[in-house]
Amino acid sequence: MNLNLPFAVLVCLRYLREGRMQTVLILAGVTGGVAVIIFLTTLIGQLQISIIDKTLGSQAHIVLRPPQAINRTTLAPSDTAAIVQPRAQRLRSIDQWEAMAQLAEKTNDVTAVSPILSGAGFAVRAEASQPIALLGVNAERYQRIVQMSRYLKQGRFDVSEANTVVGIELAKDLGVGLGDKIRLVTVDGRNDLLTIVGIFDIGNRDLNRRWVFTSVKMAQTLLDLPGGITQIDLRVGSLFDAETTARQLQAQTGLTAESWMQTNAQLLTALKSQSASNNLIRFFVTLIVAVGIASVLVVSVVQKQKEIGILRAMGASPRRVMSIFLLQGGLYGLVGSVLGSALSLGLLQFFSKLTGNADGSTLFTPALDPWVVAGACALAMVVGLLAAALPARRAARLDPVQAIRI
Amino acid sequence: MANIVELQSIHKSYGLGTAVATEVLHGISLNIAEGEFSALTGPSGSGKSTLLNLIGLLEKPTSGQLRINGQAIDGLDDAHITALRGRTIGFIFQFHHLLPGFSALENVMMPSIIDQGWPTAEAKDTALALLKQVGLADAAHKRPSQLSGGMQQRVAIARALSLSPRLILADEPTGNLDTQSANDIFELLESVNRERQSACLIVTHDPGLAARCQRRIHMVDGRLVDDPTANA
Repeated sequence: MNLNLPFAVLVCLRYLREGRMQTVLILAGVTGGVAVIIFLTTLIGQLQISIIDKTLGSQAHIVLRPPQAINRTTLAPSDTAAIVQPRAQRLRSIDQWEAMAQLAEKTNDVTAVSPILSGAGFAVRAEASQPIALLGVNAERYQRIVQMSRYLKQGRFDVSEANTVVGIELAKDLGVGLGDKIRLVTVDGRNDLLTIVGIFDIGNRDLNRRWVFTSVKMAQTLLDLPGGITQIDLRVGSLFDAETTARQLQAQTGLTAESWMQTNAQLLTALKSQSASNNLIRFFVTLIVAVGIASVLVVSVVQKQKEIGILRAMGASPRRVMSIFLLQGGLYGLVGSVLGSALSLGLLQFFSKLTGNADGSTLFTPALDPWVVAGACALAMVVGLLAAALPARRAARLDPVQAIRI
Repeated sequence: MANIVELQSIHKSYGLGTAVATEVLHGISLNIAEGEFSALTGPSGSGKSTLLNLIGLLEKPTSGQLRINGQAIDGLDDAHITALRGRTIGFIFQFHHLLPGFSALENVMMPSIIDQGWPTAEAKDTALALLKQVGLADAAHKRPSQLSGGMQQRVAIARALSLSPRLILADEPTGNLDTQSANDIFELLESVNRERQSACLIVTHDPGLAARCQRRIHMVDGRLVDDPTANA
């Protein structure tokens, strides 16, 4: 017998013990609800981060390119029947790219800037040739945009002098390995012999087959664009503001600025609808938990009408009576959320073992974000209190005379 | 001696404003002195319980003056009425109305727990002494369901006494018991009245018991009849 508790707590705990079955059932309900909410939030949060991470791991957040060349017609299009063919876009350098890169560097939220020269070409070895995307980069600056060292299977990311880094698929197609030489040829016949010093696997077969990194100078020579740069890759601090930053840069530089949100519009829509469905699930789970707690307490108040009347007759104020039931609701929420957090951790561990990536790594780490847990617990308590409010008010308003006579 | 209860032309109606409005009490004036041991008798439906509920501050009169322990009830808010009731009045019901989830001791302590907000060591000592007084020292940790009807009623009396009320209201405390138990309970109430000088107002149907009281208040159809001190 633990007597040293305030009146409302004492009575509330005794009621919980008396209605053991009810208590266990509703706690199971709240526990399940909290576990589902924490589990889903953690899972979807981690998966989204990992999807974004994987997608953006090999992409710049914003790419600046020279404006498109367009035809100028002397007559307004509506006044003429002439068919104007769109211009072919030749490889052009960004005008004054050094100044543009500096401007981009000074722009708010931009964390890394890497000028790149990219063009088409072929990688040739003996009879085999493969079409490639030639990327002339400054290794150090480019690594700050796409962390190539993470993806390197062999060798190092070094494009100085006549070194080159190629994808794992291209290496396979050409039958080359580390230290072998390949010839890079561009469309107008310029070519050079380069040594493979690194082989990467970026997780995308197409890119693994096409990307070939050289120094900027090498690319400028091969693509016949001395001193030129065709695009500037940027990285930003806050991912989801990339579009705003891109628009700002486009206005400032007159270049075409394209953010990852434009390039991956479909992915973004998918992520958004995933979040929306997650919110919907969370909302309904919360609602069901609230209804569960409320219905248990409504029944409890009806069952305890007489006792409430006795307590009132003995001098318990309506407010005290109300606090008994509010406390019950709050306790359901609190205990349920503690149990639910533990359960969700178990679920996460179970699922992380069940599912996995092709390479054997887990799809997500079975760790709880303390903020998510704190949020779910706070939500469960508030929901418990709110759900208890109506039954508690009913209890407080019971007329003691009527209640005792029943 | 001062009056613990003073009623001045008390009227009580139910269902006011509806087609079935009924007046249950028709202008009752009644004084009960400190330490008085009185019986309230009358046929069923005569308004005994309503009168008891009014005196017990569980209900409010439709009109008339009600003073408990010298305090007029008119201007008091619910919180003050609740506090006044808790400290001044002890209730004993026909059915013991003990809380089933709590032990006999806890039930006896409950008025003090409500009054103090928490169980105190003092309250526990008082409760144990009261249980001893009603002859249930051994049953302190038993649940009401483990006690006989007479024992339950004695726990209820101990509970009614726990805050040393100046007024004990008992609504047919023996109505549910066999003659022997009823007699025991009545004697217990008498001894409480003697030793503690608490006024007792006991609703009873038993003329034998009523005759043993110092004063008999008889009600018929919401009015007092044959009450020698009604106009005092």
